[in-house]
Amino acid sequence: MQAKLSVVALSVVAAFALSACGQKEEPKPVAAPAPAAKPEVVVKIGHVAPMTGPQAHLGKDNENGARLAIEDLNAQALEIGGAKVKFELIGEDDQADPKQGSIVAQKLVDAKVNGVIGHLNSGTTIPASKLYFDAGIPQISGSATNPKYTQQGFKTAFRVMANDVQQGKVLGEFAAKQGVKTVAIVDDRTAYGQGLADEFKKAAEAAGLKVVATEYTNDKATDFKAILTKIKSTKAELVFYGGMDAQGGPMVKQMKELGIKAKFLGGDGVCTPEFMKLGGEASEGQFCSLPGMPLEKLAKGPEFKDRFTKKFNAEIQLYAPYLYDAVMVMADSMKRANSVESAKYLPEVGKTKYDGVTALIEFDELGDLKGGAISLYQYKGGKLEYVETLGGTPLEAAKAEVKEAVAEVKDAAKAVAGAATTAGAEAVKAGAEAVKGAAEATKAAVEKK
Amino acid sequence: MDIFLQQIINGLVQGSIYALVALGYTMVYGIMGLINFAHGEVVMIGTLVTITVAGTLIKAGMPVALAALAGLTVSVLSCMALGWSLERIAYRPLRNAPRLTPLITAIGMSIVLQNLAMIVWGRNYMTFPPLLPKINFEFAGAHFTLIQVIIVLISGATMAGLLFLIYRTKLGMAMRATSQNPAVASLMGVNINRVIAAAFVIGSALGAVAGVMVGTYYEIAHYQMGFMLGLKAFTAAVLGGIGNLAGAMLGGVLLGIIEALGAGYIGDLTGGFLGSHYQDIFAFIVLIVVLMFKPSGLFGEKTGDRA
Repeated sequence: MQAKLSVVALSVVAAFALSACGQKEEPKPVAAPAPAAKPEVVVKIGHVAPMTGPQAHLGKDNENGARLAIEDLNAQALEIGGAKVKFELIGEDDQADPKQGSIVAQKLVDAKVNGVIGHLNSGTTIPASKLYFDAGIPQISGSATNPKYTQQGFKTAFRVMANDVQQGKVLGEFAAKQGVKTVAIVDDRTAYGQGLADEFKKAAEAAGLKVVATEYTNDKATDFKAILTKIKSTKAELVFYGGMDAQGGPMVKQMKELGIKAKFLGGDGVCTPEFMKLGGEASEGQFCSLPGMPLEKLAKGPEFKDRFTKKFNAEIQLYAPYLYDAVMVMADSMKRANSVESAKYLPEVGKTKYDGVTALIEFDELGDLKGGAISLYQYKGGKLEYVETLGGTPLEAAKAEVKEAVAEVKDAAKAVAGAATTAGAEAVKAGAEAVKGAAEATKAAVEKK
Repeated sequence: MDIFLQQIINGLVQGSIYALVALGYTMVYGIMGLINFAHGEVVMIGTLVTITVAGTLIKAGMPVALAALAGLTVSVLSCMALGWSLERIAYRPLRNAPRLTPLITAIGMSIVLQNLAMIVWGRNYMTFPPLLPKINFEFAGAHFTLIQVIIVLISGATMAGLLFLIYRTKLGMAMRATSQNPAVASLMGVNINRVIAAAFVIGSALGAVAGVMVGTYYEIAHYQMGFMLGLKAFTAAVLGGIGNLAGAMLGGVLLGIIEALGAGYIGDLTGGFLGSHYQDIFAFIVLIVVLMFKPSGLFGEKTGDRA
């Protein structure tokens, strides 16, 4: 009976999926060479993320990021290979499920897309990357951080975000700096959560911390009391969670309910406004990390944030800027190759040097982002407050510091000017000292670089 | 020892939630022999309706207690309406069809309701407004909250209420008659359409109550929350003997406690070979063993005496 039941359920699901396919069928690229107008080529970019299920909010965020990029590109009215190009986003839903991820990947391959942006989760990205590799379709993920994705030897796989080896290492070192001796680790058994937790464990142990408990949950769970009770019995001083916000938020809340006083630390998956909404006041004062630099500190960050919020009437959840960059990198490679054919522009992707919203994007030989930095944040008063940036190329970090120092100099100079007009020489002297101090800071930052 | 006690409390509360939902399954199964797979979705809709109603009222400045009551009432009423329409649209036309057919419409309805909820309430997780004051108790080193106590009490009271309904009222008698033989019951003047509709309406009202409890406990809700909950509750109902009210209650609590103890101790018992992600194995091993020796569940009777 049970077997029959699941067969029935499967066929029902399949029927639904099929009907969905039917509706979403995209028109074939129209290459209608009208005598007067230039030929127009439709460039189909596939985008895959969970659009339903517990991570649907992140999926939507990703898609919005990609959509914004597509619209910007179309507004530029690009010409590639002598033809006008029109970019088109083909959005697919993988439900954060590796099986579904491969199904929709095959669908995109069959639809002969020019490139793929995504998927969101490492667990879906890794199996799908093989299909794209076999079909020779370039794939750029803006959020799959599991190192394995780019280590399979697929020359079609790229990511515009630091991977979990870098992130786990920084998190482990950061935990050690918090003055705790014992940590408990929980992960959600997905490729992302498990990968990040493993890297964290390595780094934490290397930094002299003792891992007193390793517990597991899944990416659909809502109740963590049983594993948290066990963690409580080990008296761990810090709980690390490798997983997403939909579990992390309730988890931190349940920690409080059980009277667990340990600190909470998580990776990019929990570094979202959603986490604070779900965790309530229990999230206050906890820490999380995000690959890259905070948007506010990036040259194009604030502008992107403004445009995004205005356009979609929604806060940026997490990866939207990375997705935007991923699409832009792909279009940029097409421009340089002067072709939208996968085979022709693929070699150019690896040679990318693109100044994106999130970073200066260059790929190493594996397709990983060169020198990805990791930033740490603290949840404070319902906001993510920037703490510090670790790792990455010294260049990036130094650049930011120089920028800050320059701003300080400017402020000080302003103060000097203000002081000079209003008060006497004493004020000027104080102002001059401030300038000197700031200048020294600049120097120090540059030297560090 | 305090840890063990804490795990028992965790399990008891989780189990009571399963039990509340399982009562809805078992109620319908007991009368019609139909597994209403859309019941988990009814629970979900109950939660989301409460969020909307109570959340709006609290924002409008109504006292929390009053808003909670209003939310609960609206949610119970809308779930009753939903239960009635489910029966009317998806099950009544198929009453004489082979047994597999209504099962498929049930799964279909479940998917339809999930997607409807996604369209209405969106994909994001929603935070449930805090309807009950947060009062923490500590007993022998174990922590528990007021809402946990209320959940256990309500599921117990609901089961008692249902038992009273089935065995002490006229409607209950009609239900038992319909359960035994619908054709004969209808010949005896029982309006079986009304009785079956009543079973759906009552089951759905329980679902709404369960939804409000789940929402208040975890303080989050999501359009897919009904699926896993429904599956676990269904398991609980089968474990206890589907169609039997006391069985659903016992099955739920048992499942909750096994899960909690499984998650808490499986790692130590197997020397780290199996981790806490194998907690479900415990629950299902128990289910399989019980079904091997008692195929109709712990409380299920061998004869077709359902409800």
